[in-house]
Amino acid sequence: MDPITVIRSRTVVMPSTNIDTDQIIPARFLTTTVREGLGVSLFADWRYDQAGQPKPDFVLNQPAARGCQVLVAGRNIGCGSSREHAPWALLDFGIRVVISTEIADIFRNNSLKNGLLPVVVDEATHEWLLANPGVEVEVDLPASTLRLTDGREVTFPIESFSRYCLMNGIDELGYLLQQMDAIERYERTREGA
Amino acid sequence: MTAQSLFEKVWQRHVVVPETDDTPAILYIDLHLTHEVTSPQAFDVLRARKLPVRRLDRTLATMDHSTPTDTAQIFGGLPIKLESAARQVRQLEVNCAEFGVNLIGLQDSRRGIVHIIGPEQGATQPGKTIVCGDSHTSTHGAFGALAFGIGTTEVGYVLATQCLLQRKPKTLEIVVNGRLPAGVSAKDVVLAVIGKIGVNGGTGHVIEFRGSAIAAMSMDERMTVCNMSIEAGARAGMIAPDATTYEYLKGRPFAPQGTDWDKAVADWNTLSSDAGAAFDKSAAFDASTLEPMITFGTNPGMVTTISGNVPERPGDAVFAKSLAYMGLTAGERMAEKPVQVVFIGSCTNARLSDLEAAATILRGRKVARGVRALIVPGSQQIKLEAEQRGLAKVFTDAGAEWRESGCSMCLGMNGDLVDAGQYCVSTSNRNFEGRQGIGARTLLASPASAAAAAVRGRVTDPREFLG
Ligand code: SF4
Repeated sequence: MDPITVIRSRTVVMPSTNIDTDQIIPARFLTTTVREGLGVSLFADWRYDQAGQPKPDFVLNQPAARGCQVLVAGRNIGCGSSREHAPWALLDFGIRVVISTEIADIFRNNSLKNGLLPVVVDEATHEWLLANPGVEVEVDLPASTLRLTDGREVTFPIESFSRYCLMNGIDELGYLLQQMDAIERYERTREGA
Repeated sequence: MTAQSLFEKVWQRHVVVPETDDTPAILYIDLHLTHEVTSPQAFDVLRARKLPVRRLDRTLATMDHSTPTDTAQIFGGLPIKLESAARQVRQLEVNCAEFGVNLIGLQDSRRGIVHIIGPEQGATQPGKTIVCGDSHTSTHGAFGALAFGIGTTEVGYVLATQCLLQRKPKTLEIVVNGRLPAGVSAKDVVLAVIGKIGVNGGTGHVIEFRGSAIAAMSMDERMTVCNMSIEAGARAGMIAPDATTYEYLKGRPFAPQGTDWDKAVADWNTLSSDAGAAFDKSAAFDASTLEPMITFGTNPGMVTTISGNVPERPGDAVFAKSLAYMGLTAGERMAEKPVQVVFIGSCTNARLSDLEAAATILRGRKVARGVRALIVPGSQQIKLEAEQRGLAKVFTDAGAEWRESGCSMCLGMNGDLVDAGQYCVSTSNRNFEGRQGIGARTLLASPASAAAAAVRGRVTDPREFLG
């Protein structure tokens, strides 16, 4: 996992509410046994026509989307299935930050575990971002702050432990393994072994 | 001591290390269910870090999502047609063999949808923490377990440590009092709840369903309700265990036996929420006013009564886009809408009582011309029982297809698909765009409503078949 500190990027905007993980990556791509290579299937049913050709009017197919690392989405993105393939596909495509007013629980959790930063903002900031697609933003993880071109600085909530892991590019498994004594003690007490 | 809710009691029992401002709690997991789709990358992590599966006795694997429902591909020696699915099934076999995980394999008579066989085998029990790399793990909460879906990275954590890092969620109490009218099912209850609180109404919360209507439900019905908690965005859904729970569990293979059983029941009896337990949020429903429900849009919150109309929301572009996908217009009546496919199955509604509800309507009748009806039992045990009780014959006599168990048409990854533009009345849980196949239009409803639609070839109020 690549450490995250400050990400500066233009935004790509998908204003739909309740974008579920079946849209982010449809089920037929879940028969993979690896994490890599899912970027081409990201939003497949919205992105390609029946012949498999990119639809020119879909936002991610437009030249302006190229290189964008920040996705601004409508309320409640990531609802539905727990498939971690959703953040894998977004990351493989090049997205590193997802901004919305609400982000569904399991998707947010999965994103944090993979170095995809979920940023929840207030309605006013969100509306401004929706109204200004392609604007350059700065996402400052150490300061938990989103900086907009109009000079606004908006702090966003993030669990301090997750922030620590993201900033250092480490996963939580190492931390859990260090707690093995406590885990074993717990098991002994409960199982009476 | 302060009054505690069911959730708080189960949570507290499983805290290995309490949460602090800086670190989440370490939560112990009693039962880890795993399947072929969300586990391969987790086993790879164990391999890369040279870690074993820490508690094989708490880990149970099966295959259900990408497995075909065609008998020839399961038992007839034919290979699994979808090559990538075959590879995924094979990979789970390899991983379970290598790590020693107990696998309910492709031809095992106990196989089925993971959320159906956990309870069926008695592995799902009150007071347990249960996880699976699958959002509908919420189903198991019907037994008073704290059960929730996790991603693949966390599947790896649980395999390696039997623990997860968790912040304590909030609680939402949903009280359903009163008696359900005839022809109104548990599926209608949960669809009505989601319609009211919305697909994000439960975000960050664990729901406890309570009230006289919930207490009167069978375990099958309670599982239907808890199954769809995730469709309201909730982390989990729970129902306090009671005599109905114990009667269901007693004697099942993984359930405690003999004196252990009595001890377990005594303990489980202490789990119910104390009088006066506080919840962060609360909502109430009157069961006696509920009606059969059906969805009209592309998320489960877009739902109306089966006798109702598609609502009108002028100026809402997202709503309009959803209706355009569905080929429906605002204000249109749902009843009488022609349908091409009926799917009775999934972890929401493929248990024996669901099949019985469908058979009551299909018995002696025919599936309408031009309609494809696919009936897929939730497990091989249910399949066997449905065959012994003559239900399977009712279905095949009516002209429906009767299959081997699995997720089937609930999601388009195993070969069972709805074609683009077709309407499918489905007893599953998600009507997302493309969920049942590219361009498929899903109408979520109860097994009775699905069977009624199969007979008439149109969206039909199942109460027309009552009496
Ligand atoms: S039946 Fe559907 S919802 Fe249930 S586990 Fe299978 S795919 Fe998921």
